[in-house]
Amino acid sequence: MKKKLIDLAAQGGISGHEFSIHESVKKLLEPYCDTVEADVMGNVVGVISAEDPDAPKVMLEAHIDGIGLMVSGIDDDGFLSFIPVGGVDSAILPGAEVTVCGTEPLFGVIGAKPPHLQTGGQSEAIKISDMVIDIGLSAEEARKKVTVGDAVCFAESIEKLSAGVLSGKSFDDRAGLISLLICLDKLKGKKLPFTLYVLAAVQEEVGLRGAKTGAERLAPDCAFCVDVCHGDTPDGGQESIFKLGSGAVISFGPNIHPYLSSLAKTVAKEENIAVSYDADGGDTGTDAWAVQIAAEGIPVLLLSIPLRYMHTTVETLHFDDVKAVGNLLAAMLLKLDLEVLSCTFQN
Amino acid sequence: MYLSELTKLPGVSGNENCVRSFIKEKVEPFCDRIEIDSIGNLLAFKKGYMDTGKTLMLCAHMDEVGLIVSRITEEGFLKFKTVGGIDPRVLVSKRVLVGNKQLPGVIGRKAIHLLSADERKQAPKVKELYVDIGAKNKKDAEKRVAVGDYIAFASRTVTFGDNLMKAKALDDRVGCSVMLELLKEPCPWDLCFAFTVQEEVGLRGAKVCAKRVKPDLALVLEGTTCSDTPGTDVSGVSTRLGGGAALSLIDGATVYNRELVLKLHKLATDAGVTVQFKQTATGGNDAGAIHLASGGVPTVSVSIPARYIHSPSSVISLSDYEAVRETARLLMQEVDNV
Repeated sequence: MKKKLIDLAAQGGISGHEFSIHESVKKLLEPYCDTVEADVMGNVVGVISAEDPDAPKVMLEAHIDGIGLMVSGIDDDGFLSFIPVGGVDSAILPGAEVTVCGTEPLFGVIGAKPPHLQTGGQSEAIKISDMVIDIGLSAEEARKKVTVGDAVCFAESIEKLSAGVLSGKSFDDRAGLISLLICLDKLKGKKLPFTLYVLAAVQEEVGLRGAKTGAERLAPDCAFCVDVCHGDTPDGGQESIFKLGSGAVISFGPNIHPYLSSLAKTVAKEENIAVSYDADGGDTGTDAWAVQIAAEGIPVLLLSIPLRYMHTTVETLHFDDVKAVGNLLAAMLLKLDLEVLSCTFQN
Repeated sequence: MYLSELTKLPGVSGNENCVRSFIKEKVEPFCDRIEIDSIGNLLAFKKGYMDTGKTLMLCAHMDEVGLIVSRITEEGFLKFKTVGGIDPRVLVSKRVLVGNKQLPGVIGRKAIHLLSADERKQAPKVKELYVDIGAKNKKDAEKRVAVGDYIAFASRTVTFGDNLMKAKALDDRVGCSVMLELLKEPCPWDLCFAFTVQEEVGLRGAKVCAKRVKPDLALVLEGTTCSDTPGTDVSGVSTRLGGGAALSLIDGATVYNRELVLKLHKLATDAGVTVQFKQTATGGNDAGAIHLASGGVPTVSVSIPARYIHSPSSVISLSDYEAVRETARLLMQEVDNV
């Protein structure tokens, strides 16, 4: 599974361009699902059907898009101007290696105007408008291969920093998808009393869009979303920050259905799965927020994987946490009682 | 009137159980059917006395702003996050009730003697505050509290001054109480009394329930800001305490159907009910979600002016309460003519 994560995270697939990784995502899901198909938004949906066609429906969800850039212009010297897609910290860009998805994948590097020509002083962060992508081609050659609107992905390899600790791009939220695979792997051969959907959602980074349409269409009886949360760093403070290797993070708050969070807590204890707890006063900033109010309302749980340096090219996680989320999900699905769930607010 | 009882119940967004149970018991005898949906909205349905096939939905939210435990420190203090829009400046030195067992706690901050000159001038940040439940340490606190426990303001309900009431959660237990008083009111249309959840964190309950109910007309009963207090420029006065039920023409989430609002205004005025227009365009309420649901729903908002809204001590006038109730009653009676 670690290898699968490394392979998947290394691929492109920025928000809106997830079709470039559809085949890989489908291949990952196919061994576990009865059917795997892409929907009109580009979501990839795997289905494990229950025998009873009227069985309830449960959805697992993780998003497959990553942040990136998009070509916004080609100047007369062949340099490409660009805009961010999703929440990109411009500080990570100068010197970054990228792949421009033109007529063919093109290697590029992000350069900035020399300091004395920039509009801000040297103490200020460099603005994206002062940066270019250098693909080393003349304007004429560049225009043949690149079009405004082409996606630009970070070309970062995945490195192993120490045992279990991986660093690279797009772990947000490809690590989530891998945790769903770990869950499916654990459940292999087990008969579940519900149809299980796996929603590999698009466009989370630009506004939870794939989850909105995916959840509305599938209208499951409950949903489990997996995303990343902030890992511990010397400068990150202590609030809603979690140690790498500390396990799965269970969320609480208005976004989360209380039966599902308490089930997670109980199951983690019973199965001896490492977990910690987080609370949000409202918006969790994840697809769970969209899923909760899709269709006629969907009870949802959010599990998270601690991740350092989120939205950079060196996102860092401990693979044990990915496993903890997958294991917890699998154990929960075996103990999920949809009757109890539906009675939660009745008294 | 159940307002006094309702304001005493804890019901922070996402944890409206106490309020829902209380309301459920009160509505059961008067409704044909009750549905509680997946997010926790309570929908009470009642047939109209005519067979119009149309539904009027009355809506009030059960939740209130509050806090949620996000971390327990080694020393046993509770770090928290806000649930809904709370000005952190109202938090210092307030009493709270933690979790479903309603453990007493206080919101602490280091004493003024220990604040630097700069800190004294600055509004406290939520991150700097904590709830003290008198625990010895983390282990001791964990026996009684868990991350995710909701924290409600502990605040007495007091009637005082010239027919005024001070309490927490007047936004929007006023709406809930008005709806409970109108359960028996005859209406030609079918009725849905929607008691929603999670308004304060983004109109979440209303989004879900409007899609389910698909009403032909919706009346949102709300609490709204009342800034008739000293120091407010006239242009900033949204409503006046004692000025009657506040009708909204526009707010941050909805441009209301003007004709409908003016008709309701006339209905009320003709009947001798005091009404006012909300003068500012800020804020927003469940109408913002409802009027956009299932292809669009004509929606009006009738609000009670509440001073110091979203604090542990908001203040309303009970004469405004009556005006809100009577305005709602008139709409129910005349719904076929508006």
